[in-house]
Amino acid sequence: MTAASISIVESPLVLYALRRADDALFLGHRLSEWCGHAPMMEEDMALANMGLDLIGQARELYTYAAKIEGAGNDEDKFAYLRDVRQYRNLLLVEQPNGDFARTIVRQFFYSAFADPYWRAMMKSKDETLAAIAAKSEKESAYHLRHSSEWMIRLGDGTEESHRRAQAAIDDLWAFTGELFDNDTSDAALIFDGVAVDPESLRAVWSRTVSSVLNASTLKIPASDWMQKGGRTGHHSEHLGHLLSELQSLQRSFPGATW
Amino acid sequence: MVGTVTEPRDLRAIAWTAASQVVDPEIPVLTIADLGVLRDVTVYDGNVEVAITPTYSGCPAMNMIALEIELALEREGIHNSKIKTVLSPAWTTDWMSDAGRAKLKDYGIAPPMAGSGRRALFGEQQVACPQCGSTATEVLSEFGSTSCKALWRCTACREPFDYFKCH
Repeated sequence: MTAASISIVESPLVLYALRRADDALFLGHRLSEWCGHAPMMEEDMALANMGLDLIGQARELYTYAAKIEGAGNDEDKFAYLRDVRQYRNLLLVEQPNGDFARTIVRQFFYSAFADPYWRAMMKSKDETLAAIAAKSEKESAYHLRHSSEWMIRLGDGTEESHRRAQAAIDDLWAFTGELFDNDTSDAALIFDGVAVDPESLRAVWSRTVSSVLNASTLKIPASDWMQKGGRTGHHSEHLGHLLSELQSLQRSFPGATW
Repeated sequence: MVGTVTEPRDLRAIAWTAASQVVDPEIPVLTIADLGVLRDVTVYDGNVEVAITPTYSGCPAMNMIALEIELALEREGIHNSKIKTVLSPAWTTDWMSDAGRAKLKDYGIAPPMAGSGRRALFGEQQVACPQCGSTATEVLSEFGSTSCKALWRCTACREPFDYFKCH
């Protein structure tokens, strides 16, 4: 017996919560893949800890999405019983870990956004989102500091670490534009003060990125061509592979616990 | 023999006392009252509801703490209690009691600095060694053995130690 995928009534608020939850789930899952493989013990703990923070944020957002949807779904069903096209995360967070530099660059691009994003969301008119933001903001501040310090160490380190960090920046840059996208579904929430207009965070994100890259002797790519699609379920080939691992147990043994 | 408690005022006091003695499974010298994780105990229609707040979003100790509270209440003859998680206001290390801070230090964990403000991107922190008290200390890792701790080292007495992160 295998578990079938759920269907979801995506009201704007449900979709909004799922988009943020999916970002946190997949970035957290990617970080958890480092567990036992990081270049040193301290980093093994750091990456696993950050993954734990992110999966915790995902759980709160999924639980909230389930409550407002009111269709009998829950955090586990959202995480384990959707098909790839039903996920609404940024393409950035589903990109494979690659080497350590690539993982750090991906984390840095995300955290430089998540930190001011959650801080702004603390003023959301939606009480639950504001409460989740108040926790996530503190966690994101640690994640940003951690990845920023590593950006400098890698960029301004050896020739090899610099080369790898710059290659990761060049590869992942095209996924950063999606951080600032919003659509008609978000527009009403932004107008009502429930959501933050991500475009309003672009300046602070750009400042953080240029100041850290500058200190790291790394370069911002010249290209401004941006990839997108994750928010509407059009993913890179990597997400399906990630899901096959993430979901295999619940798909094969529905409701399994231990 | 375990009695059954009925008087609402007593019930709340007994439930609070029982719940407040539950310890953090990761840091067993601290009770959830010391930590500020225990937020409220309410009684309605003879049922007890305990409100707790998570320290970190993904803290795996929360499930364990909820279970321990239920067991502590059962031992007092309080059945069918409900444990509710509240997110707002968000937990902060500033809620840790002075007694809690002193217990942490005696246990060998540097307590969080009070009045944690917004951290700068590359902020300086001064943490005193819980063993020798020296502030000649350095951070080894921002993330430690649990979500709430960082790993530090004292350059005076050379002892590594855990620091309870400001949050």
